[in-house]
Amino acid sequence: MLPGSAPAAGGTGMFVPAATAGTVLCCMCGVSMQPNPANMCARCLRARVDITEGVPRHAAVVYCPDCSTYLQPPRSWLRATPESPELMQILLRRINRPLARLRVSLSGAEFVFSEPHSKRLRLKLRLRREVLHGIVLEQTHPVEFVVHDRLCDSCSRAQANPDQWVAVVQLRQHVPHRRTFLYLEQLLLKHGQASLAIRVAAAPGGLDFFFGSRSHAARLVDFLATVAPIQTSTAKQLVSHDTKSSVYNYKYTISVEICPICREDLIALGPQASRDMGGLGPLVLCVKVTNAIALLDPLTLRVHHLEEKKYRVYNFKAALTSKQLVEYIVLDIEQESPEISIDGSRYQLAYAQVARVSDFGKNDTIFTVRTHLGHLLNPGDHALGYDLYGANLNDDDMDKAMTRYSLPEVVLVKKSYEKRPRTRRWKLKRLPVEEDAANKAKGEEEKRLDEYEAFLRDLELDPEMRFKMNLYKNEDYRSEMASTVGDDIPTVPIEELIEDLTLGDDEGDEGEEAA
Amino acid sequence: MASRVKFENSCEVGVFARLTNAYCLVPDGASEGFYSVLEGELAGAVTVVRTSVAGTRIVGRLCVGNKRGLLLPHTATDQEIQHLRNSLPDEVVVKCVDERLSALGNCIACNDHVALTHPDLDKETEEVISDVLGVEVFRQTIAGNILVGSYCTFTNKGGLVHPQTSVEDLDELSTLLQVPMVAGTVNRGSEVVSAGMAVNDWTAFCGSDTTATEVSVVESVFRLRDPRPGAGALGSDVKNSMVQDFFTS
Repeated sequence: MLPGSAPAAGGTGMFVPAATAGTVLCCMCGVSMQPNPANMCARCLRARVDITEGVPRHAAVVYCPDCSTYLQPPRSWLRATPESPELMQILLRRINRPLARLRVSLSGAEFVFSEPHSKRLRLKLRLRREVLHGIVLEQTHPVEFVVHDRLCDSCSRAQANPDQWVAVVQLRQHVPHRRTFLYLEQLLLKHGQASLAIRVAAAPGGLDFFFGSRSHAARLVDFLATVAPIQTSTAKQLVSHDTKSSVYNYKYTISVEICPICREDLIALGPQASRDMGGLGPLVLCVKVTNAIALLDPLTLRVHHLEEKKYRVYNFKAALTSKQLVEYIVLDIEQESPEISIDGSRYQLAYAQVARVSDFGKNDTIFTVRTHLGHLLNPGDHALGYDLYGANLNDDDMDKAMTRYSLPEVVLVKKSYEKRPRTRRWKLKRLPVEEDAANKAKGEEEKRLDEYEAFLRDLELDPEMRFKMNLYKNEDYRSEMASTVGDDIPTVPIEELIEDLTLGDDEGDEGEEAA
Repeated sequence: MASRVKFENSCEVGVFARLTNAYCLVPDGASEGFYSVLEGELAGAVTVVRTSVAGTRIVGRLCVGNKRGLLLPHTATDQEIQHLRNSLPDEVVVKCVDERLSALGNCIACNDHVALTHPDLDKETEEVISDVLGVEVFRQTIAGNILVGSYCTFTNKGGLVHPQTSVEDLDELSTLLQVPMVAGTVNRGSEVVSAGMAVNDWTAFCGSDTTATEVSVVESVFRLRDPRPGAGALGSDVKNSMVQDFFTS
């Protein structure tokens, strides 16, 4: 081997002689060029070989004008705005298969402007292909897509029958009042969970929510499971059935039942239940309802949280509900133990001497009771409580408890305040509920208003409950000069109110927190 | 004068024909068109012998030679050797070479003075080459390829090599062979230049795919286009070969 000829694959330190590539003449046009596997200059190669041969120049894409989505066969519809990366992806997927078949690879693509209403989309592709002994050529190639309009499945179904629902959530609670539903309504408004419902209807004992798809209904049910103790069961009904493709269309009914125990209910626990909860006194007060029930023993100030599943084991009902609250006047109060705080609520054990307002002045019936409201009550205050002395109950557990233990005659529940001014500084939004015209009874209207008023009053008392919902500033509120009525009446501080969104020509305020 | 020709629809003329200054070997069985072009060009100046080597038609790649001798692989049959000895002029020594690399045309490229061989050729073969062909033997590679006989072809006037040969290699080869060398292609960009053409000192036959540019390169490097139109190659060369014939016949 002569020195300097064809240098060996040099390791480090070996002398590798310089090898400058010579020039050859292009075999077609004779221009001097660097040797390449085809030994033709780039222009002759491009003239000879067209790499875009066989690549489609026209293609079609389907568009739904209602929901501005594009069809990705066979069935999915994807939303894309004009000249967006999503649209580019959809278009490139349409021509991907022929490109792959021709062994042409895509090295770039960009949109070419076309009028929006021309129903044409233009792309300029850069294609790369290997030709003739391994040379890779790159060339641009325009592709035009024709846009065909077609309503997608959901839009056509919606257009054919706009009220068609696929799933319904039937929310029920078997109690005579509607406080729970008022509270749930505000929660749903705050979290926007009812926005997907096609419509909401009132039914005896609860509400019905109608949805266009089962997943939306399931979303509402999942939300309800986190805020209330519920029990669900699902049923489905066959609507139509395509034998050829084995597609079955159903209507789903989800029945959601809320536990009948509400706040401020008095419950007498059976011996079994009382034992299981660690000897909780037979009389308990329900103080908070989230996805578990909080039961407070007013005599020992112990709170027990009972989950829905555990509740179903016992299935006790309330012995006395808030409709049966009686007003008492506090004659004397003696604090027994220091104020404690459980779950954010404050309680204090105290002895109180109370008399029923109906008895007050007429006779001397006075009750001495232990109460958990020691921190709130002062002599001369009015309080609401359950009158066990004079009550006529139809409850087995209560009878059993009466024989076993000596029950208190009065259980005070909350402090009551003077009648307050009608107008409030704040207001609430309501869900658009269709009223059930068929089942309306006489006097129902008034009952509802009373319940609503009681609900608003409860809101004023309880800041924790207010935290969970949105309160809006009331534009019509005129501050009353004579605000000497009960300085200790709790009112909602202005920092918690939200400016309501007004879409007027003169104002145009955005909704924002006013703090 | 470079002519374009096809052997049975194949443009690789150098595979089938072996052309030197004294003789030309072609295989049997082609169309008469091919033979007529060949004989028309070579017309009595060069003996055209129809033969097969080792029973095959790829005569150009199996044997190698110059005006002094011809080397055949060990696979050549005795009848072929005898036939060749009978047909070729007496000055041409026909010798069989016992070599593992039996495609001698791919491994050895030679003219009347120098030969370039495959780097792995046997020592004895090298001696035989220098004896029979009367040439100086050099082991070489062309653009990193060991098959020098395929990628390089040269005569006493000039030479053509693989297009990717570097400038330094070209200079070195020119100095070695004492003839001008150029890197180029034949048959529309084919790099296997020796297999694509058959050439001697005054004619060349290229495959019919060869473009005009390539033909002009071939004609210029092998000096086939005579600058003096008057005393054309036809005149002087024919006179020489006629004299040769007169003395040898």
